[in-house]
Amino acid sequence: MTTTAPPAPRQRRRDPRRHYPMWFYLPAGVVYGTLFIVPTIASFYFAFTRWNMTGAEFIGLENFALFFSEPYLFQGLVNTFVYGVLTSGLKVVLGLLLAVFLTSQIIARGYLRSVVFFPTLVSVVGVGITFTVLMDPEEGLINRALAAVGIAGPGWLTDPDLALFSVALVDVWKGVGLATLIYIAGVVAIPQEYFEAARVDGATAFQNLRYITLPLLRPATATVIVLSLIGGLRSFDLIWAMTQGGPGFTSDVVASVIFKQYQAGFWGLSSAGNVVLFLLVAALMVPLYWKLNRKEVEQ
Amino acid sequence: MFSKPSTPRRAAATATAVLTAGLALTGCSTGGDDGDGTLNILMDNSEATGRLMQALADAYMEANPDVKVELEIRPGGSEGDNIVKTRLQTGDMPDLFFYNSGSLLQALAPGQTLVDLAGEPYMDVVTDTFKEGVSAGDAVYGVPVGHAIGGGVLYNLAAYEELGLEVPTTWDAFMANNRAILDAGGAAPVIQTYGTESAWTSQLFVLADNYNVLAAEPDWAEEFTANEAHFADTPAAAAGFEHLQEVGEAGFLNEDFASLTYNEGLAALVAGEGVHYPMLTNALTEIEATDPEAVDDLGFFALPGTDAANHGMTTWLPGALYLPQSTEDQDSAKDFLAFVASTEGCDAQTADVSVIGPYFIEGCAVPEDVPPAVAQLQSYFDAGLTAPALEFLSPVKGPALEQITVEVGSGIRTADDAASLYDEDVKKQAQQLGLEGW
Repeated sequence: MTTTAPPAPRQRRRDPRRHYPMWFYLPAGVVYGTLFIVPTIASFYFAFTRWNMTGAEFIGLENFALFFSEPYLFQGLVNTFVYGVLTSGLKVVLGLLLAVFLTSQIIARGYLRSVVFFPTLVSVVGVGITFTVLMDPEEGLINRALAAVGIAGPGWLTDPDLALFSVALVDVWKGVGLATLIYIAGVVAIPQEYFEAARVDGATAFQNLRYITLPLLRPATATVIVLSLIGGLRSFDLIWAMTQGGPGFTSDVVASVIFKQYQAGFWGLSSAGNVVLFLLVAALMVPLYWKLNRKEVEQ
Repeated sequence: MFSKPSTPRRAAATATAVLTAGLALTGCSTGGDDGDGTLNILMDNSEATGRLMQALADAYMEANPDVKVELEIRPGGSEGDNIVKTRLQTGDMPDLFFYNSGSLLQALAPGQTLVDLAGEPYMDVVTDTFKEGVSAGDAVYGVPVGHAIGGGVLYNLAAYEELGLEVPTTWDAFMANNRAILDAGGAAPVIQTYGTESAWTSQLFVLADNYNVLAAEPDWAEEFTANEAHFADTPAAAAGFEHLQEVGEAGFLNEDFASLTYNEGLAALVAGEGVHYPMLTNALTEIEATDPEAVDDLGFFALPGTDAANHGMTTWLPGALYLPQSTEDQDSAKDFLAFVASTEGCDAQTADVSVIGPYFIEGCAVPEDVPPAVAQLQSYFDAGLTAPALEFLSPVKGPALEQITVEVGSGIRTADDAASLYDEDVKKQAQQLGLEGW
């Protein structure tokens, strides 16, 4: 028996750069689509509705108007910026110093590196609860220790002027390990030849830091700033575990305002808040990321 | 061809199918139980609820050995409200659940989510006062668990005796007592507790003042619901915020008010470190759980207003058990409800947990020898000097009140500012409920 029809060309022409067929993306695509893209698009829709147990009613921009008329929202916005900039800045400075220190020739370097990194591995809520206990104004270890040397410690989390800063400090304690890790990788990657040449020229340790280490760490700095600023701007878990935005509204950030509205059953309103937060973070981070990366290319 | 071991393409397709099925499954319900003799009940994590529900469950299981009642615990406060709403909305609610009556119930859209119990025979013995707090239109949704609750001031009897103080019937007399306690030294006149998870305790000065508001403005609740009267423009209603500011500014609060928790506050009251604690009387169950003797050391009076001759108490209805529409085995759930709404039900509660007020089920007797605070609570009921809290007269209750009152008590915000801020907060809730006139 002979076949009449020639076999169809089975091999379709492929982009030579592509080693795998497109549908290999499918499993990941399904997960990403179901858990991320669909909810994101849905939340943009629900932001324009009054959504309750009975259903969602389209109300246009009313939620956004209401969200921006929240008397404590402005305070929350200011707090978000203060918190983001403060934690990000401290992580850059402390992370850099720690990285330089931990890459120099010191005793127990490996051990100290793990000590600095350790807080990053602990659960945020666990850290929050632990520090809430430590920072208790009467019974907490911190104020007891201060009292032992004759200092009356403040109400770290109960003083309205101090609560946000106390939480930010804990955030830095917890997050500086990751910044240090990124910086260590950056410092280690700097070729030794630069330092050897500098030594020949008689450069001091400070000049080494100022003219070799710092400029060559710009990519690491960009990464640390972007990561920690995004983290700081949308920070929620630590604040919620430590103060729940209190006392009153004094340590509220945008994310905790959104969460409280969600808890109260104002689902449409809190979706609107999330859209605002999304746009806010994007509006800040896209130009910043672009600028930081451009400098990296130019150097 | 078909027996060939699965190609990469098929394996990937299978993996995708399994994954998609898994995703679909995670969205499904796990809550209800279908007729295997187990009855699941969701309740809040307070000691008071836990002990009452445990007493009911034990007694019911003894009478019905083939049924197993399992109690599931959820957080309290707004986090708990959120869980209840979400689980109702997704059809993931257990067979029965315990929840507040009044405005919080209205926020659950009971018409869409709960089973109307109005026609059930066992509802006949539930008092009308309670039914009003768990109704929407003609439908009645809840069966009461626990006792009538009063809002006012729990006080330390020994301290009152020592200083020769009398129960105040006006706000001025209350402040004079506070002054006397402060001058005597040793104890804080007023306990406030704004620590972890305890901010809700700051609302009592406002919420428990409703009797006095209604005494001055009889139509307050209707006008408030209709957006015609507000806290900021009704002096009698704003008084609650002002009172809180007054005690804060006068230095009457315990020094650690900002970090003390509810349970620590109760312990401080019993120990005499503080003399007054504005609170609901169901705190007595909480105290009894840790120290049964301590309940006898406490007294209770209603939050005083301006008129000594009209010193009455703001009352709260206890929470209730509700039957979600998603429950598959309605009959066994209703059988449990019938037990709770019977004299056997309240006898089971009385046997295990101290009675701290009258029941809302006809024929349920309150024992003769009750603690002093409960006797004082009962005297307001006997004299007819009671009025429901605003949350039982109006579906409108703003979610941020506890943060606002914390700010007033801590001296961060003034009472006037707080009253207008709360009016704004309330507006959102009213709009969410779709009320007329907002």
